[in-house]
Amino acid sequence: MALKKVKGNFERIFDKNLTDLVRGIRNNKDNEAKYIAQCIEEIKLELRQDNMNVKCNAVAKLTYIQMIGYDISWAGFNIIEVMSSSRFTCKRIGYLAASQSFHADSELLMLMTNMIRKDLNSQNQYDAGVALSGLSCFISADLSRDLANDIMTLMSSTKPYLRMKAVLMMYKVFLRYPEALRPAFPKLKEKLENPDPGVQSAAVNVICELARKNPKNYLSLAPIFFKLMTTSSNNWMLIKIIKLFGALTPLEPRLGKKLIEPLTNLIHSTSAMSLLYECINTVIAVLISISSGMPNHSASIQLCVQKLRILIEDSDQNLKYLGLLAMSKILKTHPKSVQTHKDLILACLDDKDESIRLRSLDLLYGMVSKKNLMEIVKRLLGHMERAEGSNYRDELLFKVIEICSQSSYAHVTNFEWYLTVLTELIQLEAGTKHGCLIAAQLLDVAIRVPTVRQFAVTEMINLLDCFSISSQSNSMYEVLYAAAFIIGEFSGESEADGYRSIDILLRQMEVPGHIKSVFIQNAVKLFARLSTACLEKEDDRGLVRLCNNILPKLQDFASSEDIEVQERANSAAILVDLLQTQFNDTILNSNHTSNDILGDIEISDPLKENQQKSKFPQIAIEIIQEIALLFDGELLPVAPKAQRKVPIPEGLDLDEWINPPPEDEEKDSESSESDHDKEQLFVKENSHSNEFKRRKSEELPPEEIAKRKEARRLEQMHNPHYIKATENHNSTNKSEYTNVDNIPIAELALDIPIEIQTARRSDDYLLSQQSRSSKLETKPKHKKTKKSKKSKHRIEYHSSESEDEPKPIHIVNTTLDLPEGAEITDNDDSDGKFDPDDPHRALNIELEIPSTTDDKNLNGKVKNHVSKVIEENILSLNNEDSKKSSSKSKEKKKKSKDKHREKEHKSKKSKSEDKSRPTELDLLGISPPKSSKTDVEKDSSTKHKKSKKEKHHRKEKTKASEYEEALGISTPSKEML
Amino acid sequence: MIKAILVFNNHGKPRLSKFYQYFNEDMQQQIIKETFQLVSKRDDNVCNFLEGGSLIGGSDYKLIYRHYATLYFVFCVDSSESELGILDLIQVFVETLDKCFENVCELDLIFHADAVHHILAELVMGGMVLQTNMSDILARIEEQNKLVKQEAGISAASARAVSAVKSLNIQQQIKDIKLPDLPQAIKDLKF
Repeated sequence: MALKKVKGNFERIFDKNLTDLVRGIRNNKDNEAKYIAQCIEEIKLELRQDNMNVKCNAVAKLTYIQMIGYDISWAGFNIIEVMSSSRFTCKRIGYLAASQSFHADSELLMLMTNMIRKDLNSQNQYDAGVALSGLSCFISADLSRDLANDIMTLMSSTKPYLRMKAVLMMYKVFLRYPEALRPAFPKLKEKLENPDPGVQSAAVNVICELARKNPKNYLSLAPIFFKLMTTSSNNWMLIKIIKLFGALTPLEPRLGKKLIEPLTNLIHSTSAMSLLYECINTVIAVLISISSGMPNHSASIQLCVQKLRILIEDSDQNLKYLGLLAMSKILKTHPKSVQTHKDLILACLDDKDESIRLRSLDLLYGMVSKKNLMEIVKRLLGHMERAEGSNYRDELLFKVIEICSQSSYAHVTNFEWYLTVLTELIQLEAGTKHGCLIAAQLLDVAIRVPTVRQFAVTEMINLLDCFSISSQSNSMYEVLYAAAFIIGEFSGESEADGYRSIDILLRQMEVPGHIKSVFIQNAVKLFARLSTACLEKEDDRGLVRLCNNILPKLQDFASSEDIEVQERANSAAILVDLLQTQFNDTILNSNHTSNDILGDIEISDPLKENQQKSKFPQIAIEIIQEIALLFDGELLPVAPKAQRKVPIPEGLDLDEWINPPPEDEEKDSESSESDHDKEQLFVKENSHSNEFKRRKSEELPPEEIAKRKEARRLEQMHNPHYIKATENHNSTNKSEYTNVDNIPIAELALDIPIEIQTARRSDDYLLSQQSRSSKLETKPKHKKTKKSKKSKHRIEYHSSESEDEPKPIHIVNTTLDLPEGAEITDNDDSDGKFDPDDPHRALNIELEIPSTTDDKNLNGKVKNHVSKVIEENILSLNNEDSKKSSSKSKEKKKKSKDKHREKEHKSKKSKSEDKSRPTELDLLGISPPKSSKTDVEKDSSTKHKKSKKEKHHRKEKTKASEYEEALGISTPSKEML
Repeated sequence: MIKAILVFNNHGKPRLSKFYQYFNEDMQQQIIKETFQLVSKRDDNVCNFLEGGSLIGGSDYKLIYRHYATLYFVFCVDSSESELGILDLIQVFVETLDKCFENVCELDLIFHADAVHHILAELVMGGMVLQTNMSDILARIEEQNKLVKQEAGISAASARAVSAVKSLNIQQQIKDIKLPDLPQAIKDLKF
């Protein structure tokens, strides 16, 4: 027996170790998969051995195999076995394998609870350390619940190494088991002042992560963090703290005011770029959160912008990138100060680094003015031509439109130019996804700038005419819809245009059905306009020619595969046909009154005699007028949210049943459904179609499919309307062109050299603008020479002002159709997006509310600042327990005092509305009028001092307030007075 | 939070992958591949931050990377991490590797992927930065290695002997013996 074991061991010595495996994989590059499959078989054998070293070796190899993409979850049991080894070497390998392959949903985790607990409580700190590291990667809700207490104990371990790891581990526990947060919080808070810098830093790290998602619960920690910030020299921790303040300031502007000074000091003193950058970021956040009224407000903005300029000018691309990123934050609130660095930002547009170009694009919208818009757009178009990667091109296209269209085209002076830019964007033929956006812009400009319509029509006709169909399999199709609409709606001023556009619209083009139907609709619109024109000119021949022209084309579409196209084409064809037959009748000299339907009307028509003189039959006139009426009137732009603003008419009760619902068992479900519908009534179309979507498509057995195919083929063969593919023809075609070299090439004799237009058309507008402005520039120069030096200065200023603002050539119509009382900027979507799966939502716990367990931890230091309502809730939950826990007489006293205070609060709080905020503040030790315990407080205005005095007066009167003073807490009610 | 740490070479071969959020193996490989494609096409003199990477994270996430000789070190982090701080952390990581392996090169990472994981575990735990002080990190690693050596003791001696024999590639070693270049040596002789 023993011999056998020895023998087994000896054989195992020649097993592959990890190095052998890696070497083997490298030597078998051609058949890696096969080699690894073979290795996995070997590993499976090894895992069956009793020897722990062998198993350990096998698991180490598995970890490597997992990294190159193989599933090793089948070895879960073996991994756990190795983890449970008493030797650190094996344990470490086991935990590593587990951290790489296990996850929170692994069922095996159930088996591990006790083993992990044993490891956590091990004498050897590295056993526990390895367990914590591994656990942090795969901890589940169950493990968190079961091990929370063990990890909490480790937080106060004597070894700083374990304390540090345990603190970080708690964050993972909180995420999976939010209930652990409240009991663990006091301990976590205590760790902020731990002497060991590692532990302290870990605690800061955890609280920063927690506070990032639920900042308001951590406002009360601000004084501690403030102290840390002013005393610590650990840059890592400082960065975290400063980032945390960045998250807190939006909630508390007064905190921001406190922060400005120490942060500016840091900005001046630090040599670490990372710290400097975070300081600037937080200062920006502070400046955004506090409204103006700060004395050194502009000074700190200037400081930030200056420092950022240094970053952007740096040769280090990373700093440049970050500088631009921070600039974009300032731009939102202080555009003026960023605009002074326009030169710098524009220079970054040409940077070789795509990330940096993208960042400077973000800043562009604040940089454009009427003067430089054309030039900037020209540069962007140039970038688009050169850019590789559709993503970047799309981004560029989007930016071009964004900067041009911002604030109702404030910077566009010449809309002919803008339309040219848009058509050029279309023709750039990027695989762009912004077709709809361009279409919307085209429509918007054409509708809101009446003077540019004629130009738009010509542009669109040209666009439709030469729109290449083959390569455009993307969303660019959408622009055709806009083009068709513009042509239909605004063309017809010149007749030649009209005829040409009808031809183009009704051309056979390979476009999606929904666009084709728009084409037909607009062709009819044009037809209506042209026929009216013919009527006015009494040009019956022209009209007949028009009808003859259009009718066969419409009939072609009647057999379209798209149902919408079919229907529109059919109804249009019938209209035209109706008109045409009238003329046929007159030509045949037959009496039109034979038409029974309209006979009565015509006879009674007093104009009949008049019209009779012309060659137009009466019915034709009426038909033409009727058709024209269809498209009469001007379309005004409607604000996107206008529908929602339509008030519900008086006397209309939407909740009332029109027909009482049938009473059946499914009453509940139905009524809830109808509630849902009601909410959506004015927002969106109902999505009832879901039911249809869910219908499964039938799957046919293959024989059936073959059968149907055969039947269809036969039917097609006998159907005279099908053009059959002649195979011979194809084959000859092929043979003709297989030998490409044999194709005769004809020499083209060109006397005139082909003109290659390199410059874009939109550049012409830029040139003309430049020439105009240069003329302007020369004028003031003459004046200047005449004036004295002093006035010269002033005039220069004036002239530059006027140059900056080239006169707009076109005017935008900014009126939108809106119901009364509604505003375009109305924001209905106030509820932002949030992720329902975000574990942080569960961690939104008011930590300053003492729960029963906390009472002990906090030594009964009950904080009463919480608004009454919440406290009552908690009390109702913990009422009985709290009574039991407060057994000591001292505590009872406090409780009674608290209750007394609560009553006070109740009466006083009812007067003011928002009191939870100021109270919290006082606890922070930030607001000046407070009994100071923290050393944060530095400045206090006279006004505040006054209120402090008043406070003192009142405090003498009540005992409760003395108590508060002792605790360093001031109540909001005092401040309110 | 750090979502993932990837190390791969200039050809996209993974040398280390650590995900702090669960992805299955196929997804992991896909992420590595996509990240490699994003990172590898960038010049060396552009910035070390990269937005995007549709597979991992969303708009809140950034790729922060450094390129050393044949290896890319890529960290995928969210907005709670300082960009420049993570760049420093990568530097600390690489310097620690350099100390532990004595002039680290790609081969060290290939053959000691487990050791690299253990080193990384002293820097980052569960996606959060644990320790940035290099001397502390080195001390921890040293102590753990000592522990492993103690445990190995005599029992591992035989295994070590075998692996020594295995790695004894005699032919290669003969090749590697460097004889002084004779003509050069003669030239160097000064009369």
